[in-house]
Amino acid sequence: MADAPMLAVERLSFRYEDMQMVFDLTLARGHCLALLGPSGAGKSTLLSLIAGFERPLGGRVLIGGADVTGWTPADRPVTSLFQEHNLFAHLNAEENVGLGLDPGLRLDARQRRVVAEELARVGLAGLEKRRPAQLSGGQRQRVALARSLVREKPLLLLDEPFSALDPGLRLEMLDLVRQLQAERGLTVVMVSHNPQDALRIAGQTAFIHDGRVLAAGPTRQLLAAREPAALRAFLGPEPG
Amino acid sequence: MPWWLPAGIALALVTAVVGGALLALGLAAPGLALGDNLADAYLWRVVWFTVLQATLSTLISVTLAIPVARALARRRFPGRGLLLRLFALSLVIPTIVAIFGIVAVHGRTGWLNDGLALLGLDRLHYLYGLTGILIGHAFFNMPFVARILLQALEAVPPETWRVASQFGLKSRDLFRLIEWPALRTVLPGAAGLVFMLCFTSFAVVLTLGGGPKATTLEVAVYQALRFDFDLGRAVTLALVQLLLCGAIVLALLRLAVPSTTALTEGRFYERPDSGGRRGLAVDAAVIVFAVLLVVLPLVAVAVAGFNAQAPGVLARAALWRAVGQSLVIALSAGVLALALGAAILLTSRSLRHRLGRPGAAGRLELAASLILVVPPFVLATGLFVLLRQVADVFALGMPLVILVNALMALPFVVRFLGGPMMEEAQRHDRLCQSLGITGWQRLRLIEWPGLRRPVALALAVAATLSLGDLGVIALFGSQDFATLPLLLYQAMGGFRMGEAAVIAALLSLLCLVLFLVIEGGLGGLRRRTDG
Repeated sequence: MADAPMLAVERLSFRYEDMQMVFDLTLARGHCLALLGPSGAGKSTLLSLIAGFERPLGGRVLIGGADVTGWTPADRPVTSLFQEHNLFAHLNAEENVGLGLDPGLRLDARQRRVVAEELARVGLAGLEKRRPAQLSGGQRQRVALARSLVREKPLLLLDEPFSALDPGLRLEMLDLVRQLQAERGLTVVMVSHNPQDALRIAGQTAFIHDGRVLAAGPTRQLLAAREPAALRAFLGPEPG
Repeated sequence: MPWWLPAGIALALVTAVVGGALLALGLAAPGLALGDNLADAYLWRVVWFTVLQATLSTLISVTLAIPVARALARRRFPGRGLLLRLFALSLVIPTIVAIFGIVAVHGRTGWLNDGLALLGLDRLHYLYGLTGILIGHAFFNMPFVARILLQALEAVPPETWRVASQFGLKSRDLFRLIEWPALRTVLPGAAGLVFMLCFTSFAVVLTLGGGPKATTLEVAVYQALRFDFDLGRAVTLALVQLLLCGAIVLALLRLAVPSTTALTEGRFYERPDSGGRRGLAVDAAVIVFAVLLVVLPLVAVAVAGFNAQAPGVLARAALWRAVGQSLVIALSAGVLALALGAAILLTSRSLRHRLGRPGAAGRLELAASLILVVPPFVLATGLFVLLRQVADVFALGMPLVILVNALMALPFVVRFLGGPMMEEAQRHDRLCQSLGITGWQRLRLIEWPGLRRPVALALAVAATLSLGDLGVIALFGSQDFATLPLLLYQAMGGFRMGEAAVIAALLSLLCLVLFLVIEGGLGGLRRRTDG
């Protein structure tokens, strides 16, 4: 099914307290989509629905053409990076990555080599035995990113994983994601409340507001058009 | 495994035991005259006294605990840490041991009366009766409530104190605006639990009540079963206790206010009301009073244990047989309680984190606590009646004591393990779901490393409670089947105080060792904090 979009969200509905949400989205293979919007708009909920942590009231999620709406998170061809608690504090970097290959952590020699290679790829060679507490915030997210890579899932979901990092470090991590995406042909969906993040790595952007996708399209055009009004309010007054 | 299965099995077992026991007793009672029993003036006298003593005990414990917690929150003094540890001890110290200590301090020949005699004053007989019950309940429950309140006060974000200093709030305003709202979130729950514990209190009332005038429902059930073998009356009394205490506790819990989690920078700011001479005097008086109430009886136990009778008492074979039987009961009941509690929490955790139904999860955990309002004697006797047709009567004592002790320890397991298990899920549940770590692998790799300390603590508390329990063993105890608490009760009942002192000291020591061995051995040494 080469023609099917990598991700299709069709009339996907959910209810959180008083808020009714309905989402529609499509994303082609190998592209990066930013979900932009104010806090409380439903961005993270949409990501949780795609990952399978929440059950929708109605609608479908298709990944690579397959209807995965009833699948468990582990069975879906996706891997998630959260804002925090990506790692198990009592396991070292190597073990945390190894869990992506075998949930029982029984690795053979080849798998251990893969773990070492991916840790080196994200710039952590030599730090395999460190525990999360002995790593910086950026290094911890690199470990989590390495684990996403070993899982070899085609769809990578990022839930503001770099928003707590310093500006320089954040851009560094975004660039790393962009490189990895190009190298491995990944499809990426990233939740953010920062338009700069979207401009940096996402060709596509969807603006989420009040449980709906209000606008979607190429990032530059969308941010330049500043339509509808809710997007204008979100972006704030134009500089100068 | 479906989410409802663990709690389903655990609750089915608990319900079968409770329902089966009540049914068996009701059927076995010759012409169960529920109406006649309910019309009996004796029953309502007992109900009145039960409610009265539980209400007074709760009021006294809570009223004392508030100033004590406040003083502990705003003062740093030498021995503060030790005092808090002794407060924690009052939860697991065997009731009958503490009662021995209270008698040694407050009894007719106790320390306080010795003090009065030294001053040339008359000795006072105030211990037995309502006063004794209130002293006993305050001893156990004031420290318990004070610790809960202190935690609530210490959870107030430090930034609040910074703001308060800026506006120059007085001590009274601080209490009204900051401390009271913090206390209100935990007070109803704590008061409800204390009320339930006092309502169903057995050993304190049996030993310090001092006669038929001061009898509670729980003790009346015991007397109906042990001395009159009046099954009908026991069932009636048990049902009244179940309905009345359950209703009151549920009503109290409705007063609970949900707490709000506050954001904090995690810095420490000085409280603005640490000074003030009058405040200092009040706090000092409160602390001294707390020490007299709680610490003195504990010291009395330790001191009295070293007496001339020790070698003779310790040489008895019966004593060591009781030690062995006590340990078997404690460990088996502890493990069973842990298994039941963990099963219930697994389901309530799914309800909370996966199904988004925190209300249902809370009700499930509450259901596990409500077992405390069922008199253990009713359970034990009911099961005994039920099983005596199919099993050897003398072989039944031990398993019944273990089962009932486990059920009584269940609420404590839920309390000690609940928080850590929910926290663990909050951190790792989605991660485990997304990586497909489930079942045995999740238990081995993720849950056990994170939860072994709280699991060990819960098991240690459950086993220690069971080791020191004077409950159904009072019903089943015999020449060949006895625990240390029973031997202690018998020695005190026979006014063999020297012997009692030795047993009390030995039992305390055993509890301490058991607690530390489980907590340290199973929980592992404290690791470096791994963040």
